[in-house]
Amino acid sequence: MVTLELTISLLAVGLLVGIPLALGQVYARRELVLLTSIYERFFRSIPALVLLFLFFFGSSFLGISLSPFLSAVLALGFRSSAYQSQIFRGAIQSIRQGQMTAARSIGMSKFQAIWHVILPQALRRSIPSWSNEYSSVVKDTSLAYAVGVIELVRQGRYIIVRTFEPMIIYITIAVIYFVLTYAGNRFLGYLEGRLEIPGFEAKRRKE
Amino acid sequence: MSDKKTITLKVANIHKAYGTEEVLKGISFEVKKGETKVIIGPSGTGKSTLLRCVNRLTIPDAGRIWLDGVEVTHPRTDINKVRQSIGMVFQDFNLFSHLSALDNVRIGLIKVGKMEKRKATEEAMRQLARVGLEDKAASYPAELSGGQQQRVSIARALAMKPRLMLFDEPTSALDPELIGEVLEAMRDLAESGMTMVVVSHEMGFARSVCNEIIFIENGVIVEQGPPEVMFENPQHHRTKEFLCKISELYGKSERK
Repeated sequence: MVTLELTISLLAVGLLVGIPLALGQVYARRELVLLTSIYERFFRSIPALVLLFLFFFGSSFLGISLSPFLSAVLALGFRSSAYQSQIFRGAIQSIRQGQMTAARSIGMSKFQAIWHVILPQALRRSIPSWSNEYSSVVKDTSLAYAVGVIELVRQGRYIIVRTFEPMIIYITIAVIYFVLTYAGNRFLGYLEGRLEIPGFEAKRRKE
Repeated sequence: MSDKKTITLKVANIHKAYGTEEVLKGISFEVKKGETKVIIGPSGTGKSTLLRCVNRLTIPDAGRIWLDGVEVTHPRTDINKVRQSIGMVFQDFNLFSHLSALDNVRIGLIKVGKMEKRKATEEAMRQLARVGLEDKAASYPAELSGGQQQRVSIARALAMKPRLMLFDEPTSALDPELIGEVLEAMRDLAESGMTMVVVSHEMGFARSVCNEIIFIENGVIVEQGPPEVMFENPQHHRTKEFLCKISELYGKSERK
C-alpha cells in the first residue's frame, strides 16, 4: 500500500534528519546552530502543499526530475524532520545537565555521552510528542495526491470513477486512516510502557 | 616519612571568573598519595568550581594542575583519558537514570575502558559489594534511597580505578539518617589508601579522617592545616568564626 510506504519513508527521513538536527541545535558550535535553525524555520514555515509543488516542479525545472513519490518523500520528510527536531530538542534539553557532567567525568567523550546517556533518555521522553507527529504524518501523506502519487485518496478516486459510490468510498478511506493512526498510536503507547524506566513513573502520576 | 610520598595532585595558582565575578583568585595546594583533604568555606566561594577545574569540567582562566606529573590543564592533554583516573562524586548523585545500578557502574568499564562485558560485570559487582550494595545491582536509581544512590555513584567512580577521588558535597542532598552510610563508605575508602579531595561540611568526617582542612573564602585559601590545629588553634579569626558556625550546625551530629 502506497500510503503505508509513504508514511514509513516520511517518518524515516524525519527521524534520520530530525535527530541530528536536534543534536546540532543543542550541542553544535554557533555557525552550525544557525544553519540548523534556518533549515528548521524554512521547512516549518512553508505549507506542505507548496513544499510538495516546489520539490516536484522545482526538481524538473532543475533537470533532476524526481518521481512524484520521491518528491513527496523528500518534501514531506524534510518538513517532518523540522517538526521532529523540535520534539527531540525539547527532550534533550529536559535531561538534567548532571547526566552529561557525570558521563564526561568517567571519561566518556561528548559523542559517547550523547549516544550512551543522553539519547536513550531523551528518546524515551520523546515518544508521547512523537506520537503526535506520527498522527499528522499519516494523514499528510494524502497531500501527495496533488503531485500524482497513487496513494489512498487517489486510489479511492479511481474506484469512485468506476462505481459512482463516493460516500462509501470516502468513508472507507476515512476508516483506513483512522485504523492506521490508531494502530500506530497503540504501538507507540506499548513501546512507551515497555521502555519505561522502573521507579521513574513519568507516565502515571497518581497524586 | 610522609614528606617522601609522591605528590598525586598539584594545583597551582588557579584563577576563574564568571563574567566580572572572580570566583577563584589564585588557589594553590598539593595532595600527596593516600592523603585526604577536606575543603570547607561559605557557599559561593568557589569550592565546587575548584573541584571541577581539577578534572577540567570547568576550564580555569589561569593556573595549572597536574595529576601524577601530567598536566591536566594543558590543552593537548587527552582529557578523556585523564578523567578516567579521576573519580568524581556529585552532590545530587547524577546516576544515569535509565540504567540499573549494575549498568551504571559497568558502563564506563565497557564503553570507555573497552573491557569485555563479563569481566566488567565481575568488576562492577565487586565495587557494588565494596559499598554494600551487591543486592541492589538490578535496581534503578529511582528505586534507591539517596544514600544508596550516592554509594552506587561512588562505586561507579571506583570502577574506573581512579588515582584520585573528588567529592563535591556528597552528603548535602541527603536526609540526615542517610548521611552516615555514605560517610562510612568514604571513610573506608580513605583508609584503604585512596587519595581524596572532599568538599564537605561534615566536620566529624573531617576531624577523624582527613590529613588537612583547607578553608577557602572569597576565592582564596584563608588557612590550611591538620584538623587538630584548625579546630583547636586556628590562626585566623575568620577560620575560627566559620568553624564555630558549622560545628554548631553539624558538629553535634558527629558520628563514629
